[in-house]
Amino acid sequence: MIDALGDPQSVLVLGGSSEIALATVTALPRNRINRVVLAGRASAGLTSAVEELTKSGIKGVVTAEFDATNTASHERIIDEIFDACDIDIVILAFGMLGDQMEFESDPNLAVQIATTNYTGAVSSGLHVARRLRQQGHGSLVVISSVAGDRARRSNYVYGSTKAGLDAFAQGLGDALQGSGAHVMVVRPGMVRTRMSAGLPEAPMTTDAPDVAKAIIVGLRKGKHTIYAPGNLRYLMGVVKTVPRPIFRKLPS
Amino acid sequence: MSKHDVNNVSDAASPLLRTEDEELLTGWGRTAPSMAFVREPHSIEDVQTAIVHAGARGVLARGLGRSYGDAAQSGGATVLRMPSMNTFTLDPATATVTADAGASLDEILTGIVPHGFFVPVTPGTRMVTVGGAIAADIHGKNHHVDGSFGSHVTSLTLIDGTGAIRTLSPTDMLNSNEFWATVGGMGLTGVIVQATFNVIPIQSALMSVDTERGTNLDELMAKMIDADARYRYSVAWIDSVSTAGRGVITSGEHATLDQLTSAKRSTALVYDPKVVATAPKFIPGGLINKLSMRAFNEAWFRKHPKSRAGDIHSIAAFFHPLDGVQEWNRVYGPAGFLQYQFVVPDSAGHVIGEALARLRAVGAPSFLTVLKRFGPANPAPLSFPEKGWTLAMDIPTGVAGLAGTLDGLDELVADSGGRLYLAKDSRQSPEMFRRTYPRLAQWQEVRSSMDPHGVFTSDLARRLQL
Ligand SMILES: Cc1cc2nc3c(=O)[nH]c(=O)nc-3n(C[C@H](O)[C@H](O)[C@H](O)COP(=O)(O)OP(=O)(O)OC[C@H]3O[C@@H](n4cnc5c(N)ncnc54)[C@H](O)[C@@H]3O)c2cc1C
Ligand SMILES: NC(=O)c1ccc[n+]([C@@H]2O[C@H](COP(=O)([O-])OP(=O)(O)OC[C@H]3O[C@@H](n4cnc5c(N)ncnc54)[C@H](OP(=O)(O)O)[C@@H]3O)[C@@H](O)[C@H]2O)c1
Repeated sequence: MIDALGDPQSVLVLGGSSEIALATVTALPRNRINRVVLAGRASAGLTSAVEELTKSGIKGVVTAEFDATNTASHERIIDEIFDACDIDIVILAFGMLGDQMEFESDPNLAVQIATTNYTGAVSSGLHVARRLRQQGHGSLVVISSVAGDRARRSNYVYGSTKAGLDAFAQGLGDALQGSGAHVMVVRPGMVRTRMSAGLPEAPMTTDAPDVAKAIIVGLRKGKHTIYAPGNLRYLMGVVKTVPRPIFRKLPS
Repeated sequence: MSKHDVNNVSDAASPLLRTEDEELLTGWGRTAPSMAFVREPHSIEDVQTAIVHAGARGVLARGLGRSYGDAAQSGGATVLRMPSMNTFTLDPATATVTADAGASLDEILTGIVPHGFFVPVTPGTRMVTVGGAIAADIHGKNHHVDGSFGSHVTSLTLIDGTGAIRTLSPTDMLNSNEFWATVGGMGLTGVIVQATFNVIPIQSALMSVDTERGTNLDELMAKMIDADARYRYSVAWIDSVSTAGRGVITSGEHATLDQLTSAKRSTALVYDPKVVATAPKFIPGGLINKLSMRAFNEAWFRKHPKSRAGDIHSIAAFFHPLDGVQEWNRVYGPAGFLQYQFVVPDSAGHVIGEALARLRAVGAPSFLTVLKRFGPANPAPLSFPEKGWTLAMDIPTGVAGLAGTLDGLDELVADSGGRLYLAKDSRQSPEMFRRTYPRLAQWQEVRSSMDPHGVFTSDLARRLQL
């Protein structure tokens, strides 16, 4: 249970080795945390994430096997996690960036990230929503992206998966409005994590701990949508109004 | 969107839809809401049905929701509110009242004061139910003399986790353990449907009140120890802003007829508590701040004379001054507030000053800081009061650094052999609770015999792993 001061006891991360999600878990007030479930594909990264969080003093860190593309397994996995105890905060963090040029030469790769980023999120998001609804409280944090605000030549497949995810999460938030369960959509700009490693830096690039801080403040305030950094909201407001012929020519 | 609108589109039942009987519940502090199915049973059979047909998230009884934290809410559960199970009878010959658990002390006082009787214990609000009074084992200004509410209950009827009716009494060897597990048991042993408790005879609906100021904490505490022996009712308000810890002690007795003027004698038992005002529905956060708190505390201190004896006050003014303003809990704004209430043994009186100082240091303004002395504990394993000092402070939750400060205070309280009051708690850790209620295991054993399938639970029970 989240307490009167907003401190959670339990967290579930879908995409358990995500750097942004782990930075968030690390930054959460931890005095009351007694369970953190890192759900993801088995990997050395997932195992070392458990070790690192545990070493940093967080209690009850465990993993669960979860593959976003294996939607048939989502119901069972999510039910098992929620049957063990109420979950105060769920962070839906899994996602792939991929390479736009490769998608164009091999659309199967595009299907794979669409399945992960969108289909996998719709499936697991709805199961999580059902369980939050049943327990009568809790927050679902969905990591979207500014890339979903407007499609770009350089990454429109990724952008479209995030646009779909974002619209899904907004609607889900409306469906849960006033139910005790709450959805917060997070739209980061570029964040320095392994996902963006090697790419040229965009303006207003941040680090995972900055996004984590924005998420925690947003949760405390009960926000529905946040940008990270917050100022991106205004920049994206402008970006969305640029006419297409001009937008196309802007450097990506 | 209502269920009806969506059904126009599709007949599939979505697990995300809301049903008519679902309600977002919080405690008096208005923090950490959760959604539950609220039912209003009209009879014992209704209560039994709800328990037998409990869903996976269980059942919980709720009174008037005057506990501050998450004791009377349970996300996803069936929450039973019992305003229509509120009949009661007074037996003047034995000075007892038999009341349905949903009856409030407000209703009971209105019924019995004109007949010359008063409830054995009343908290700072009369808007509590008999069920809530027993489940939290509430205390009043007379604890040092009369003990807590549960000590005056002679028998109670409860529906256990199997739906069976049990009659429990503190003097029946066959079920006194179940009785005491229910007193202070926070609704987790079953749903109380009726109770019989002793009431006290009074000659008038008025109080004879003595007031004394203390210019610093030591003086105030010394005067309180002195007041213990002389008054049935006694409490101190502390100016939480002043570093000295000045305050005002009000002590009193039910006024006897010979203390009244002849004009008042003829209407001695007329009882008419009035609601003076309602707090506005929307109040922006931040209204309660250091400045307004300083002004309030200053005015309150000045309002009271240095010392005065024999003032005649109404019951409502003496016991329930806050009930004069309905929904005053809204003044703390949307973020809500909490009450930090602990007890420490007499030997740890220094914790009072330390707690006041630490909360002052983080700038946690408190309107209402109340210091009281407790008498001995009763046999209930989860009952809060024990001999010593109890301090209660209302604090807005938005204060920066509050969580750490209160965790630090918890340590101090636990190290001193004290504990926190579950009816006020909304944030202690399960470790703190287990450490300071050493008879938890004993209580859990009785509870599992009364609720073998774990039907009764609450957000508080989940938070503290009860
Ligand atoms: C202004 C104010 C002043 C207060 N002053 C004091 C004080 O001086 N002393 C003091 O001790 N307390 C005080 N309190 C706290 C209050 O007395 C307790 O929280 C009391 O339990 C509230 O009663 P309720 O009917 O509102 O119960 P709720 O708050 O609705 O419920 C409290 C608990 O009782 C259980 N419960 C309720 N009904 C039943 C039932 N029928 N069967 C089984 N369990 C049940 C609930 O499950 C819950 O765990 C004060 C509260 C306020 C708001
Ligand atoms: N970094 C940025 O610039 C940026 C900007 C905006 C939005 N975001 C979004 O933020 C989220 C987190 O990204 P990050 O920056 O923290 O990068 P990250 O560390 O690479 O995290 C991505 C996570 O997704 C997981 N994942 C990928 N496919 C999966 C699948 N099929 N099943 C389960 N898990 C899968 C990865 O797990 P494996 O270890 O198993 O691969 C990894 O844990 C992503 O949704 C990303 O789109 C990132």
